[in-house]
Amino acid sequence: MSIEINNLQDIATQVRRDIVRMVHQCQSGHPGGSLGCTDYLVALYFHVMNHKPEFNMDGKGEDLFFLSNGHISPVFYSVLARSGYFDVAELATFRKLNSRLQGHPTTHEGLPGVRIASGSLGQGMSVAIGAAQAKKLNGDKSLVFSLHGDGELQEGQIWEAAMYAPHNKVDNLISTIDFNGQQIDGPTEKVLSLGNLRAKWEAFGWDVMEADGNDLQNIIAALEEAKSRAFQGKPIMILMKTNMGHGVDFMMGSHKWHGVAPNDEQLQQALDQLQSSLADY
Amino acid sequence: MKKYTFTEKKDTRSGFGAGLLEAGRNNPEVVALCADLVGSLKMEAFIKEFPERFFQIGIAEANMMGIAAGMTIGGKIPFTGTFANFSTGRVYDQIRQSIAYSDKNVKICASHAGLTLGEDGATHQILEDIGLMKMLPGMTVINPCDYNQTKAATIAIAEHHGPVYLRFGRPVVPIFTDADQKFEIGKAWMVNEGADVSIFATGHLVWEAIQAGEKLAELGIDAEIINIHTIKPLDAEAVLKSVAKTRCVVTAEEHNRLGGLGDSIAQLLAQNNPTPQEYVAVNDSFGESGKPAELMTKYGLDADHIVKAAQKVIARKG
Repeated sequence: MSIEINNLQDIATQVRRDIVRMVHQCQSGHPGGSLGCTDYLVALYFHVMNHKPEFNMDGKGEDLFFLSNGHISPVFYSVLARSGYFDVAELATFRKLNSRLQGHPTTHEGLPGVRIASGSLGQGMSVAIGAAQAKKLNGDKSLVFSLHGDGELQEGQIWEAAMYAPHNKVDNLISTIDFNGQQIDGPTEKVLSLGNLRAKWEAFGWDVMEADGNDLQNIIAALEEAKSRAFQGKPIMILMKTNMGHGVDFMMGSHKWHGVAPNDEQLQQALDQLQSSLADY
Repeated sequence: MKKYTFTEKKDTRSGFGAGLLEAGRNNPEVVALCADLVGSLKMEAFIKEFPERFFQIGIAEANMMGIAAGMTIGGKIPFTGTFANFSTGRVYDQIRQSIAYSDKNVKICASHAGLTLGEDGATHQILEDIGLMKMLPGMTVINPCDYNQTKAATIAIAEHHGPVYLRFGRPVVPIFTDADQKFEIGKAWMVNEGADVSIFATGHLVWEAIQAGEKLAELGIDAEIINIHTIKPLDAEAVLKSVAKTRCVVTAEEHNRLGGLGDSIAQLLAQNNPTPQEYVAVNDSFGESGKPAELMTKYGLDADHIVKAAQKVIARKG
């Protein structure tokens, strides 16, 4: 699927509207990281990945995506719905009783597009590696993508996975870190410093790239570049700078909107900044 | 009382190794993962025959569980191998989220369960794993009793779709089940029919229960011995049928008395047919270093303790 940048921009704006409306509607959820990763997920699902919205769990012969930082479920659900995995009307059920759109993504309710539960942090990279190695066993030349929060790198399992993937030449894996510098209790540099992430990942043996995650053209170029570097013996890591809350001025750049829902007035303020070009759900 | 004689002794983990090889031959989707314990888990034969289907993870059990979950996406049937302690408590959240809640077809295979791990002591002797694993929705929990049953169970779980916890042990123990048995998940095995007391045993305690049955027979007590190899799903029909006849129960397991086989049976009976029950299990403590047989005696997990428990529970019958 390839759509011109202007169209992608329109989709990203619509996804941002979906995010704030979903979180507002149930007065619960995580808008900050969702807004920050919107451009990345729109680029991935509407331009970069070869994927099949008719959805088959095994995902043979198609690119796969794993969301490790499951709390940004609003952006994931919106992008899945808008790329055809399920009806956009279902976004209205987010976090409500009897919904397939659980607070954190799960396979348990059978929502198309979700292949693993996530929410408890640090697990998604291992899962992505497993899926990538299964592809190799199957002679399947498609790719596996994964997204992780930067605060999530404080989990030990991430570094088990970081060590394993290069040793085993898992070079059909393109992981990305949402490098927004924020976590629940404040800036990552205050809570627990991540240090020099490029040096860390390179020392573990990854092919490391950097990207601006809130510039669609830039993130598309980075993902395309990452694809061209696949199958060369190393897993690929994109350190993607983003603004938490990107696109809604009063939410931008602060950890305060990590897990807080806007009230009615704030919702209107946000929507005023995000002019709808596609239809709201 | 039927007489059971064993022709040889072998460790149950070798049964796992033999079963894994056969499961690998039966189905090309079977893959094996190990966290730096290939020799202990007896995985060498599988690795030799299917090197491309084996994944050495290193000492990183959390990563192993996640990789196994990921490999099911693409149709693989992963068997993970490490000690029981590192297969469960250490990675409980990984199993809970990435395997159980995600409905992944992973076989968590755990050796060196319980006290019979021996000299390494309590850090490695997990006695809580059955409880941990049976509490996970959708998880099947199996604790086979000898080499042949472990081999058959390993082959059977490859053909079952869904997450499984398979628990076995380190020491060489008698072989007393059939070499060519067909293992049926969730179906209890009637070892010996009797009328006076039902002894439900799992894992290494099944042989002890058989020894106890022979001693009880000498005392004029006719014990029914049933092997509950599958703790979840529990064979409720077999348990209730036996208890309706004997009206008293002994449960025997190499596990903490809290949360194990005994509690599963007590819960079933409390709801359906309240019955006097005695537990042969570890009394809410950690283990310690020692030889397996010494530990089993010290912690009350041998045939003599089963005999005493049977006598006690028979006396409690109304």
